[in-house]
Amino acid sequence: MLSIKDLHASVEETPILKGVQLEVKKGEVHAIMGPNGSGKSTLSSVIAGREEYEVEKGSIDMDGQDILELSPEERAHLGIFLSFQYPVEIPGVSVTNFLKTALNETRKARGQEPMSAKELLRLMREKMELLEMDKSFLSRSLNEGFSGGEKKRNEIFQMALMEPRLAILDETDSGLDIDALRIVANGVNHLRSKDNAVVLITHYQRLLEYIKPDFVHVLYKGRIVKSGGSELALELEAKGYDWIKEEVEA
Amino acid sequence: MNSDQLRDKLSSSFIVFENELNGERRSPLHQKRRAAMERFEMKGFPSTRDEEWKYTNLKPLLGTDYKIFHEGEQSLEFREIKRYFLNDIDTYKIVFVNGKYSSWLSETTHRGFDICTFSAALQRHRHVLDEYFGRSDEEPSSTMDLNTAFAQEGAFIRIGKNAHVDKPVEIVHFTTADAGPSFNQPRNLIVLEEGSSAEVIERHRCLGEQETLTNAVSEVFLGAQARLSLFRIQNDAPQAGLIDHTNIHLSRDAHAHTATFSMGGRFVRNDLAFFFNEPNATAQLDGLSLLDAGEFADQHTLVDHRVPHCESREFYKGVYGGAAKGVFNGKVMVRPQAQKTNAFQENKNLLLSEKAAVDTKPQLEIFADDVKCSHGCTVGQLDEEALFYLRSRGIPEHESKALLLYAFGDEVIQRVPLKALRQRLHRLMAQKLDVDFQLNL
Ligand SMILES: Nc1ncnc2c1ncn2[C@@H]1O[C@H](COP(=O)(O)OP(=O)(O)O)[C@@H](O)[C@H]1O
Ligand SMILES: [Mg+2]
Repeated sequence: MLSIKDLHASVEETPILKGVQLEVKKGEVHAIMGPNGSGKSTLSSVIAGREEYEVEKGSIDMDGQDILELSPEERAHLGIFLSFQYPVEIPGVSVTNFLKTALNETRKARGQEPMSAKELLRLMREKMELLEMDKSFLSRSLNEGFSGGEKKRNEIFQMALMEPRLAILDETDSGLDIDALRIVANGVNHLRSKDNAVVLITHYQRLLEYIKPDFVHVLYKGRIVKSGGSELALELEAKGYDWIKEEVEA
Repeated sequence: MNSDQLRDKLSSSFIVFENELNGERRSPLHQKRRAAMERFEMKGFPSTRDEEWKYTNLKPLLGTDYKIFHEGEQSLEFREIKRYFLNDIDTYKIVFVNGKYSSWLSETTHRGFDICTFSAALQRHRHVLDEYFGRSDEEPSSTMDLNTAFAQEGAFIRIGKNAHVDKPVEIVHFTTADAGPSFNQPRNLIVLEEGSSAEVIERHRCLGEQETLTNAVSEVFLGAQARLSLFRIQNDAPQAGLIDHTNIHLSRDAHAHTATFSMGGRFVRNDLAFFFNEPNATAQLDGLSLLDAGEFADQHTLVDHRVPHCESREFYKGVYGGAAKGVFNGKVMVRPQAQKTNAFQENKNLLLSEKAAVDTKPQLEIFADDVKCSHGCTVGQLDEEALFYLRSRGIPEHESKALLLYAFGDEVIQRVPLKALRQRLHRLMAQKLDVDFQLNL
């Protein structure tokens, strides 16, 4: 489904990604781990189409289609969803209005009829229940004044509504207490199907106890330096990253 | 035609105007007109050399051979102009077509209060006009003087003691193509006596392709505990210019709320002044400029705290795209005796293109020591991160920008308590942003 080859990207002339390779097939869950500053958020932003990052080399294909020339909205219409590490506060735009616009613009782009207000409300209620969210969420300004946990839960709520084919979760688990983590994991597991794929960016083994990955990768200094099965996450949890760094420097 | 020639034309027109007045010429009201004309002739039109017009160049608008007086009467069908009114609610309407009152399109009243015209007030309420007309405490600007000199028609609203106007009053000034290029000078007088209240919405609309320049004056007097809301929708045709002067005088415990929405037209200059004449009065000044292409709007405000215990809150926002230009000049004067004044001012601007510009100038002159005053102004751009966030959720770039701008502007619209007007403003904003979403944010 997602195929990244030899991806090099930089911001303001500073190279950050230096040859990333990643193959994600449908139905799979991949975890990307790695020390701070290794380029995990950059990778997810580049996949989602953030224009600030300059892609100098390599390719990103979605179902065989080169997406590098596509706008962020076009990528979203293809079914790519990024749960932001730091969701942006947008004063004055309510969660409802935002979701209504996002869903209907996506439907429009896919040649579908807009969703009726009633249908939309029903769908939002259903997903809010799944994520154990309070109704008052809907009328609040998007992320404004939300606690860290609320922001993350709101990201997963949006993911649940958009039902993306490829979900990239950038440290969605950071800063969540154990209850919130369980709820978020529940949301992700709910989305999983044989046609969808999930990329989890995380620091902690904790999340992976709830969402079992098929593959674990270590991103370090802009490259994927190690890949393995779910046991690699356990090893990293026990030993930290120093041994990997040593391996790379060697 | 240039500005000197226009000035000469106005001078000779004034003589014609005087000659037609006959007995009226010796009235106190006309004496005020004549004095105003003399001052205008001395000063002429403002230029960018004037401190108050430093960023605002009127000159390009003064090169047209405007008609100073409208001839004949032009009738319009209500259906042609229906869209310029709030149709979801019932309102009083004072409608002018080419400077002349249209009783056909208007809905006025003398029951319980007077909602009529300046010319009607000349017949029925001479004493009110003698008392309030041209009663300026400040030296009037030259354009205000010019209006005073020619003042003969406009809205007249007088609400007696403790009366509450049961529905909003819409004042709409139309000009039509057959009037040709015209120089319009409507004159409104609003007098709210003790304990009374009213809501007023005013707009100017040029219906043809002709160039128009409107030089309007509204004088507002609020008695003790009176409450006024005064809303302006300024989205006139692209060749229409507007200079508006509004002076609001507040007595004890009075409250005035103005909200000015400048969303179009060739040129807009709003001179809005509040004078606190007695203690405990409050004022709220809201404004939104939402401009693109070559549009221009100058929001020039003065809040004059002359007595203790008054409060003013000023909140203006601006969005400038294309080659649009904006000015915000907010002068707050707190005189030595005006202790316990609260005066707050905020001005936030977004520039959407390289060519767009805004000059923002807070001007606080505080001569009392026991006061709470603050001001802040920002000039920024659309938040790129917010934009990416929205786009990454499938909302196209144009709509994402519009959504952010809509939210930005909505902060001002939400301050309008009248739902039908809010809805109208939302529609106008969506139109201006060229999106079809109708959101109740
Ligand atoms: N917009 C940016 N401008 C400048 N430097 C950036 C920007 N985004 C990321 N970087 C730099 O790129 C490196 C990788 O950052 P990031 O992708 O956020 O790492 P991670 O998510 O793995 O912690 C860091 O050194 C960071 O400072
Ligand atoms: Mg990161």
